[in-house]
Amino acid sequence: MRTVTLKIKRFDPDKDQRSHWSEYQVEVEDNDRLLDALNAIKWKQDGSLTFRRSCAHGVCGSDAMRINGRNRLACTLLMKDLPNKIVIEPMLGFPVIKDLVVDMDPFFSKYEKIKPYLINDEPAPATERLQSPEQRARFDEGTKCILCGACTGSCPMVWGNPEWVGPASIVNAHRFIFDSRDQGASERLAILSDRLGVWRCRTIFNCTDACPRGIPVTDLIEEVKRALIYGRTDIE
Amino acid sequence: MFYRFDVVIVGSGGAGLMAAMQLASNTSVAVLSKVYPTRSHTGAAQGGVAAALGNLEEDHWKWHMFDTVKGGDYLCDQDACEILARDAIEAVYELEHWGLPFNRTPDGRIDQRRFGGHTRNFGEAPVRRSCYAADRTGHMILQTMYQQAIKNQVRFFNEFLVLDLLINEGRAAGVVALELRTGEIHVFSAKAVIMATGGYGRVYRITSNALACTGDGMAIAFRRGIPLEDMEMYQFHPTGIYKVGILLSEAARGEGGILRNDKGERFMERYAPTLKDLAPRDMVSRYIYQEIREGRGIGGKDYVYLDLTHLGKEVLDSKLPDVTNFARTYLAVEPITDPIPIQPTAHYAMGGIPTNVDGQVVIDEKNTVLPGLYAAGEVACVSVHGANRLGTNSLVDLIVFGRRAGKHAARFVRENDYAPLPPEPDGEARALVERIRGNKAGETQEAIRRELRDNMMELAGVIRTAEGLTQMQQKLNELQDRYQRVCIMDKGKTFNTELMEVIELGFLLDCATATVAGALARQESRGAHYREDFPKRDDEHFLKHTLAYRGSAAHKVELRYKPVVITAFQPKERKY
Repeated sequence: MRTVTLKIKRFDPDKDQRSHWSEYQVEVEDNDRLLDALNAIKWKQDGSLTFRRSCAHGVCGSDAMRINGRNRLACTLLMKDLPNKIVIEPMLGFPVIKDLVVDMDPFFSKYEKIKPYLINDEPAPATERLQSPEQRARFDEGTKCILCGACTGSCPMVWGNPEWVGPASIVNAHRFIFDSRDQGASERLAILSDRLGVWRCRTIFNCTDACPRGIPVTDLIEEVKRALIYGRTDIE
Repeated sequence: MFYRFDVVIVGSGGAGLMAAMQLASNTSVAVLSKVYPTRSHTGAAQGGVAAALGNLEEDHWKWHMFDTVKGGDYLCDQDACEILARDAIEAVYELEHWGLPFNRTPDGRIDQRRFGGHTRNFGEAPVRRSCYAADRTGHMILQTMYQQAIKNQVRFFNEFLVLDLLINEGRAAGVVALELRTGEIHVFSAKAVIMATGGYGRVYRITSNALACTGDGMAIAFRRGIPLEDMEMYQFHPTGIYKVGILLSEAARGEGGILRNDKGERFMERYAPTLKDLAPRDMVSRYIYQEIREGRGIGGKDYVYLDLTHLGKEVLDSKLPDVTNFARTYLAVEPITDPIPIQPTAHYAMGGIPTNVDGQVVIDEKNTVLPGLYAAGEVACVSVHGANRLGTNSLVDLIVFGRRAGKHAARFVRENDYAPLPPEPDGEARALVERIRGNKAGETQEAIRRELRDNMMELAGVIRTAEGLTQMQQKLNELQDRYQRVCIMDKGKTFNTELMEVIELGFLLDCATATVAGALARQESRGAHYREDFPKRDDEHFLKHTLAYRGSAAHKVELRYKPVVITAFQPKERKY
């Protein structure tokens, strides 16, 4: 058991003109998740503390937030890996609705822009389309994305221009571009070959650092850039 | 605001999205979800989706049907099980055509693995029936279906919490929802309403369920006089991470993982000689409890081990990456070299809103349809899972019955007009919200929820007795009274999650009430419902479905019963 201090950025649009900080003391066990500490504050100290959460084990992507300067999921961070003073803010690069809740609508709109669904107009066979384990592995990384926004909210290029399509969209485009069953690569590459598309990436690597699923985001963006430059995705 | 759509779907998990896909091109349809769709709990499913494709070994849908019926301890409606098993095949191929990234065999076909309770030739030996995508099958299904919803331009109302169901002139008329972002309450008029709101695992202290799984659809229907079926059938998954409840997929045992007690013994050999660690979940959970009670938990404590050390790094990395990751993250245990502490965790509601095989809600022993109201997925009770669900059958349930509900609703709206809304349609919803906001210092939601969860775990969990259940009923009465006085600190309108949590707590209390009433009255043991005072299955008196109605007096639940549909498989003793 130890006592930690959580300094949390607050903003209530019904009351506040600007954001401000609140500090809370919480008793935690080593194996508690940071999310457990947030819930303890909400349920026992300050019911108005507002944040998104659901699965509490890193698969739904609800609770991405900026913790001691880095975007993380609050439910996969254990207290034993955190210092005694923890600063928590909403992710940068997103409009803030209230406290740690940001507006995810623009993020999902950008995702929709890259046509994130299988494009294949050939009539489907009666059974499954065949795909070898190697072909399956080719696009595996992109399938792990849980759309939490941590990558997008950690990217200075997004901070500079929120219109940019962002790393998450490119990851999800990659997932289809390199899927042997998909035939929409040229459509998606055309969408991404834009000033506000893949070329804005400056290979900063914040996204790779932030991804809670361990997706090598920068690598995937680079592969999309190469596909555009060389005009091929090298699928047999 | 007032909205009007042909169909309103409540919930955006697998069942809700599947229904939406049937409706997007030919009706005006809206999906209301209290979370962004990709946050839905379908995404937490790990193990796989069962279908008798026979890609690795011979398989037949009849065997799948039999396994499901026997797995449900013969409480399943067998016509529904037949549909589940037959339609699963086409449904899985459809998912693949939509792009679901299944793991593949060397010759490029969908890979399949063994899973608890799934056998060849009516129980002969385990069969590879579970089609999987690493141990993230649910995530892949949810993502793929959401992608299709985008392609089909389905209209979503995200972060809308449905508070009430509107029924008028004996048919569905719409719903009332709270828009979290603004605090506004909206009325949605609809010809058809499809409930797809999932389960209620948060009633139990140790659960695999997300915080959002609070039984909303079940409670809302219950409050409107619709019965809840077989609520006492609640499944505890054997392998939850010790103390935390996070699910470690049955796939771990499907790949060869073994449960061990304090002596290092593979104790499931004793209890289920044929299927051993792949016996159905209700049985494995009970046997784990038994081992612990008899002092063979690890270090005499309340957990046992899941041993994956013999599987090798390759298998763990390619087939069980998430399971391995959870063990490392939450327990600091390395599954390659160490066994993992696990205990049973509250996982799945076999019971729910009663429906027929087309997803239409039925409201009595004669299966009278309430026109325009549908339910699909975990919130519904068709009943395809009976007294216990086999692993990998839930994802099939979502896609088969979600699709059927959607298809039937599409026909319904072509042939029917809107029911007029009742007067002051949002009256009750507004009153609920105002009461919670207006309550002065009194009860806290934290205390009520904690006491609910702790007591349900003890008294209405894996092992039940008349004494314990009666005590639980009294506790629930007390909690329901105290709930009327819960107050909140956050009086704001914008994104008030404290208000949301208190509303959800009310839903949980209703679900718990129906569960305990059914459990107390069912004086037998069947599937997941185990009564220490009635340890045997009693087909003579209890081969029937419970229907729990909210009683006219406070705290009362009225119980009625309806017959089980038995076609191909006569009930037999359930041994593995």
